[in-house]
Amino acid sequence: MRGLEFKGVSSVSGPIVIVKRREDVGFSEIVAIRDGRGEKKTGRVVELSEEYAAIQVFGSTTGLSTEETSVEFLERPMELFLSKDMLGRVYDGLGRPSDGCAPPFSSTCRDVNGDPINPYARVYPRDFIQTGVSAIDGMNTLIRGQKLPIFSGSGLPHNRLAAQIIRQAKIRSDSGSFVMVFAAMGVKYDVARFFIQSFEESGVLSQVVMFLSLADSPSIERLITPRCALTAAEYLAFDCGMHVLVVMTDMTNYCEALREVSSIRGEIPSRKGFPGYLYSDLAALYERAGKIQGSGGSITQIPILTMPNDDISHPIPDLSGYITEGQIVLDREMSQKGIYPPVAGLPSLSRLMKDGIGEGMTREDHKDLASQLFAAYSKAKSVRNLASIIGEEELSGLDKNYLGFGDGFERNFLTQGETENRSIEETLDRGWESLKALPREELHRIKEELIEKYLPGAGGGGKA
Amino acid sequence: MIEGKIVKINGPIIQARGLESCGLYDVVEAGQAKLIGEIIRLEGDTATIQIYEDNTGMRIGEKVVSEERPLSVYLGPGLVGCIYDGIQRPLKDLYGISGAGLAAGAKAAALDLEKKWRWTPALKPGDRVTREALLGTVQETELLCHKVFLPPDSEGEEELGFVAPEGEYTVEQAVARTRSGRDIRLAHYWPVRKPRPYREKLGMSEPLLTGQRVIDVFFPLSKGGTAAIPGGFGTGKTMTQHAVAKWCDADIIVYIGCGERGNEMTDVLREFPEIKDPRTGRSLMERTILIANTSNMPVSAREVSIYTGVTLAEYYRDMGCGVAIMADSTSRWAEALRELSGRLEEMPAEEGFPAYLPTRLAEFYERGGRVTTLEGKTGSISIIGAVSPPGGDFSEPVTQHTKRFIRCFWALDRDLANARHYPAISWTESYSEYDEELKGWWEGVNPHWHTARSQAMELLKREERLAQIVKLIGPDALPDTQRLVLLVAEMIKNGFLQQNAFDDIDMYSSPEKQVLILKLIMDFYHRALEIIKAGSPLLKIRELSSLNTIVRLKSQVGNSDIEGIREIENRMNGELDKLEKEYRK
Repeated sequence: MRGLEFKGVSSVSGPIVIVKRREDVGFSEIVAIRDGRGEKKTGRVVELSEEYAAIQVFGSTTGLSTEETSVEFLERPMELFLSKDMLGRVYDGLGRPSDGCAPPFSSTCRDVNGDPINPYARVYPRDFIQTGVSAIDGMNTLIRGQKLPIFSGSGLPHNRLAAQIIRQAKIRSDSGSFVMVFAAMGVKYDVARFFIQSFEESGVLSQVVMFLSLADSPSIERLITPRCALTAAEYLAFDCGMHVLVVMTDMTNYCEALREVSSIRGEIPSRKGFPGYLYSDLAALYERAGKIQGSGGSITQIPILTMPNDDISHPIPDLSGYITEGQIVLDREMSQKGIYPPVAGLPSLSRLMKDGIGEGMTREDHKDLASQLFAAYSKAKSVRNLASIIGEEELSGLDKNYLGFGDGFERNFLTQGETENRSIEETLDRGWESLKALPREELHRIKEELIEKYLPGAGGGGKA
Repeated sequence: MIEGKIVKINGPIIQARGLESCGLYDVVEAGQAKLIGEIIRLEGDTATIQIYEDNTGMRIGEKVVSEERPLSVYLGPGLVGCIYDGIQRPLKDLYGISGAGLAAGAKAAALDLEKKWRWTPALKPGDRVTREALLGTVQETELLCHKVFLPPDSEGEEELGFVAPEGEYTVEQAVARTRSGRDIRLAHYWPVRKPRPYREKLGMSEPLLTGQRVIDVFFPLSKGGTAAIPGGFGTGKTMTQHAVAKWCDADIIVYIGCGERGNEMTDVLREFPEIKDPRTGRSLMERTILIANTSNMPVSAREVSIYTGVTLAEYYRDMGCGVAIMADSTSRWAEALRELSGRLEEMPAEEGFPAYLPTRLAEFYERGGRVTTLEGKTGSISIIGAVSPPGGDFSEPVTQHTKRFIRCFWALDRDLANARHYPAISWTESYSEYDEELKGWWEGVNPHWHTARSQAMELLKREERLAQIVKLIGPDALPDTQRLVLLVAEMIKNGFLQQNAFDDIDMYSSPEKQVLILKLIMDFYHRALEIIKAGSPLLKIRELSSLNTIVRLKSQVGNSDIEGIREIENRMNGELDKLEKEYRK
């Protein structure tokens, strides 16, 4: 009953509280919990039976006693008040303003879990976003409405890359700019600070909604943080018609919080102790990106996750990769060689690229060129392996061409400055430039006419 | 009407009391929101129910009403071209009702109840009728003549008392009545977990042509066969499924998006209506049914979506159609089983999957096959299931168990995908057990199919071994005959196996063209080998201009332009003749 409080709970174990009451409790609804000193916490009903209700508490359960604790069932799911005035504000992990100001006035209130988008209502995303980063624009193009995560490792410059994308991202076809929703889950204060500073410097702070659940907040709060952020993003995109860029960091912390709760609830674990529903749970977040019919707005997601031990087959990156529309993988070896951004050429992928590039969108040669660069770079990598065994001197002429291509490609195409903003034409021209290292017969992924147009005369590298 | 009360809620699994007289797998409407669910376990007075929608806000003590029939699909004209969710709710209509978000409890009829169909009776009053007799037909699309029978669970012979004259009828109007007073309508319900009957299963003899060279020539699938496409993320499972769905020569495609991305279904919805079927010239959407239960939609409906899809396929098979099912992905379905099994507190077997996983997989794949229908015609269901092994590791349970029930294995390779060699079907790990059965058919197209194919596969095998050596000592240390193997293997990969799904010509290859390209490359190999043995260096062969032409042939010469291929062949032979003369002196 709303406003009616029950005193006393029957057990407290980690973040799970069991209450022997069941009248008028709805599944998945939220609960206000007060400890003996009157401190308020929020929780959610996760299991119900005739005898008891199990409540998952968002926040620390330290100090809760079975006798003194009181519980109030609020008869509504976890909700967030939404308004355009959210832009420029900072919220905590549970969607409460934490910048000291009053919550924005609003009458729109939504369940943070959202409804799954009807696939029929979706509009297939195909507007090219120019990020000004060659490794992304040329090879793994970001599309408006896409979910493209950055798979990184600790110590790699994923935050710098994300900040660069945020600063430079623009849509070439219209002047409308992006608003940002930023969700930090379990990251250190410095990381949050870095993003805030970066927003400030580029003068977009008033266009950002931030949800911060930092490393020192209770881990379980992280389960709600991305949901609040995406609810805000959905409102801005689909109700207000804005183009929203959502950056969520770090998804690994989110998944670990999920595992923590799952193990406390005694669920059967699947791989590495993560619950069997990790895929569905992640999908419920990632799938909240895209464009829908009848609204001009869009949600583009850039989740960041650090791969534990740089292992891409770890369940978190693995399941993410199965849901998201591609991935930008950062490579430690490249980073150590001083290449920025260290975007690994081969494992990175953008699934929506095929429909967002080409004539009328980027340039007619983009598809063929990107395919050729991938193929050639892959070959260059295997030649490099060979060279490390038999020595560069022993390589055939053609293999040496490939070696030269690989180095040139990394130096002139992949590498760029943190503030360097390249247009798509410049990116593509640099791609052609690096292909000059190869004999023309090797370019079998590109149509003859295009080679004629963009690489007139003979291929540079000569015969094998 | 049987009514019960909810006593326990644990996510999508709830328990209710008072449903003792219901059958297992009966459908219920649970709670105030009337969410659709299915009884999955009965114990004493407690029924365990799986809810197919989001049940936030459901309360203890709310009503559960049984519909006293198992979870069924509504079968009749008008299925083709539709997009449904896992329990056959039309997503287009739901969009009209609840907007972009899928609200729990929204309901809509699976078939358009208003639409009138042109009915042509085949029998007249007084005729004796069994479930094997054709009652009449409805033209569902330009190409599809929809046959109407008695529901296949009807028994015995009955006399028709009334047959509606030719005219326009809705799916719910009676088009015939038996003497015993039973109405026969254009549509009927059929339980999804119950295979529809047929007379007998048949052997395989005809390929399901996909227009994809690596599939049709190297690892062919037969009509009525079963195939699996396993691959880690980003290796192109969905791309391959889409390509097969677009170009294969089935009459009906059932595409089940099971726990995958929403945008992929949107892609199909956007793209298919625009593509013309190369055989019929009609839009592809006129032969496609979509089942979309994307990853963010309720997990229990994901479990049932596979059965919904296969039941729709069986319905069209019974009319004598060749149906192909794309199930993308069966791993998500298995994971849904695992999740629900966990909530039922069942003892897990491998990696948390329930012990009955292989049984369920077998049941699903066995619903495919080529059969003689009750009517006596031939119909087939080919099943192509994508598998998403965690970490791309094929030793996991779903891939391993699937392998036991399929006969065609299209393994996707990470290295090929990384080099953007699509379709990334590995020629070393994949296999097809249908090749012998299909030999006869292919030799009818081109008698060289079998030889060209086995020579090419053998050559690729040799190249693989040589590549190991090359990795250690470099290619220059090899003799020219072996380096020729490397060269020709490269030609097969670039000029035959790799296929560009976005190139107007290359996206679909006719069977004739497929064999001709491969034969051309193999002929080139044999002749070049002779010339090298006669003393020519490999360099001379590499310099031939026809080399490049052969590799580009796939996207330069149209499917019906056999002459164009012959021309290239002549040019190649001319060049080789010249070289041969030089060294044969």
